[in-house]
Amino acid sequence: MNNPILLIIQREFLSRVRKKTFLLVTILGPLVFAALLIVPGILASMPEDDKNIIVLDEAALIIPEEGRGEYQLEYLDPRENDLATAKEFFAESAYDALLYIPTGENWDPDFIKNNILLFGKEDPSINMVQFLDGILEDRLNKQKLLRNGVDPEVVAQSTTQVNIRSYTVGEEGEEEQQSATGLKMGLGYIAGMFIYFFIFFYSVMVMRGVIEEKSSRIVEVIISSVRPFQLMMGKILGIGAVGVVQFIIWVVLSGGIYLATTTLLFPEMLAEQAAVGPGAAEAASIQGFEIFDQLRAINFPLIIGGFIFYFFAGYFLYSAMFAALGSAIDQEADSQQFMMPVTVPMLIALVTAANVIQDPNGPLAFWMSMIPFTAPISMMIRLPFGIPIWQVFVSGAILIGTFFIMVALAGKIYRVGILMYGKKITWKELYKWLRH
Amino acid sequence: MIKATNVTKRYSQKLALDAINLSIPKGSVYGLLGPNGAGKTSFIRIMNQITAPDEGQVYFGDRALQPRDIARIGYLPEERGLYKKMKVGEQVLYLARLKGLSTAEAKLRAKKWFERLEMADFWEKKVEDLSKGMAQKVQFVTTVLHEPELLIFDEPFTGFDPINTNLIKREILRLSEEGATVIFSTHRMESVEEICDHIGLINNGQVMVEGPLLDIRKRYQNGTYSFVVKEAVEHWGEGTPLQESKHHTGHSYTVKFENYPGTVVSELAANGTLVAFEEVLPSVQDIFIEIVENGAKLVPHE
Repeated sequence: MNNPILLIIQREFLSRVRKKTFLLVTILGPLVFAALLIVPGILASMPEDDKNIIVLDEAALIIPEEGRGEYQLEYLDPRENDLATAKEFFAESAYDALLYIPTGENWDPDFIKNNILLFGKEDPSINMVQFLDGILEDRLNKQKLLRNGVDPEVVAQSTTQVNIRSYTVGEEGEEEQQSATGLKMGLGYIAGMFIYFFIFFYSVMVMRGVIEEKSSRIVEVIISSVRPFQLMMGKILGIGAVGVVQFIIWVVLSGGIYLATTTLLFPEMLAEQAAVGPGAAEAASIQGFEIFDQLRAINFPLIIGGFIFYFFAGYFLYSAMFAALGSAIDQEADSQQFMMPVTVPMLIALVTAANVIQDPNGPLAFWMSMIPFTAPISMMIRLPFGIPIWQVFVSGAILIGTFFIMVALAGKIYRVGILMYGKKITWKELYKWLRH
Repeated sequence: MIKATNVTKRYSQKLALDAINLSIPKGSVYGLLGPNGAGKTSFIRIMNQITAPDEGQVYFGDRALQPRDIARIGYLPEERGLYKKMKVGEQVLYLARLKGLSTAEAKLRAKKWFERLEMADFWEKKVEDLSKGMAQKVQFVTTVLHEPELLIFDEPFTGFDPINTNLIKREILRLSEEGATVIFSTHRMESVEEICDHIGLINNGQVMVEGPLLDIRKRYQNGTYSFVVKEAVEHWGEGTPLQESKHHTGHSYTVKFENYPGTVVSELAANGTLVAFEEVLPSVQDIFIEIVENGAKLVPHE
């Protein structure tokens, strides 16, 4: 059977999938992605060299603190040293830093806090400064409390951290779910970013394909065999299929790599996680259950279904526009000025992502997910928060409707554009083609 | 094969085709001639159904042109090109399948053509690795592979190197002998004069003259005759000499007469100096200039 659209889809798909760059990107993509997830973990878990800090504590503020982790504290005798001799000693020693705590008159904590000095052989790291800050602030706080007649023990016992557990109640009050705002925010952001990336990447691929056919002049041969609209749709569908395949490979590979490396590289981490069970300490067990509860609060089928739908609908909408753009220009270099206005709606959706997340059911979020040009991104951001299902259907219907209108309009521009050479195109010109 | 009635095509400002009537007989080699911008490509695109006429009708055979007729047309556009990154063989098969051939059939025919044009070793190469001449051959094969009944060549001999031009001319004439109808569209009228049997002259979106080439040339015969004589001729009577030249067999003259120069011929023949006498038919180029300057001549009623 020789259905021309199928033939075109097949060519568009195969010619891209068989390219070396496709293989490279498809295989390297997950590696890079996995690396982004794993490398920080590996680096963070690598033991750092110990940092030895010599301390001249004239105020006897932190003696006999010995330090923690990689930071080891040792002391110079304040009776035998002053700052000058301490510096001399430090310069010749193997110590990494010299901490000087002066005493001042009457052991005034405010004087001390402003006159602590830290010398390093190289710039002291932020971590080291934070570590020292922590110890010093803790000691000074206690001293100040004592001076004001307050027992630090009382303060420690009275310090409270509030843990609000929030729930969402189903419409008929029948179901309580523990909400997981943090998780939802993260999920929304990631889904929105992915949608943006995918739509943009593959729509531009469509545009490139159109420009390639136009500039290599093969287009007239093709459209003497098939209708321009068939060529455009074949290209859009074929490249969409490339996107789906690439996405699936990425998901599978990323997951595989992540699993493999975590099992191989961090078995002790998994063992720790496994230990978090009924037998483990009570606090740990509660935390573990919270994560499960949170995961249960998220409607994953809806999110995955939504992602697939909004990717396709958004991709079709934008790729039709990009195909029309590609047909109107001779060279890719000319595409910049036209791409900007077309991509602005997606950028707006990204820029407003933070506001949408803060109030996922507010008017901004609502309208952004109804306007078809921003809906794919804005709706993906909102979906994890659970929104009225009618909104999903209305937004989807508007999106599909707009898609059909856009494809019809793009087809008109495309039909004229692909046979037009050597003409600098203006928006007015494009409008004229629409009315041809 | 093709009949156009009142075909009109308008672009935003310009009338590209102004109610043209053309008829391209089956089996003919038809020259669609006219200067750049005359409307040739507009008409060709209508035949290929790339664009539709605003008014009028095109008939393919004895019924209106239909979408499925594209499988019976082979078109080599003026702007030629192939997918640069695609392998030659795949590309030829792809284009043939778009025209409705099955993969197996397309492969069989393509192999035959590749043998015939000595390009068998192109098959696995990418188009970007071919020389320009090689790519031109590939393009030609893609045009004819589906054995179309109607072949349309838009400015076929521009951009082809001389060797390919001859090769392709030969192949086209062979296809014509096998029964295909061939349309040549060009602004270089002299380049197709020798191979066309029918022409249509187009200017400013209008058909100036159309019909069998020989008939048209005869119709535009303007009383010009050529003489080869042994000795120089001083007086031509009513005739006006246009050209003369001397060569080793004698003298050649081109002379224009109002009427058939019977007396002159018999006089020259009588004194034994006349070697050759011939009616000079105007070239298509001359006819075109004549029409643009003085308007078309009506078909004489007989």
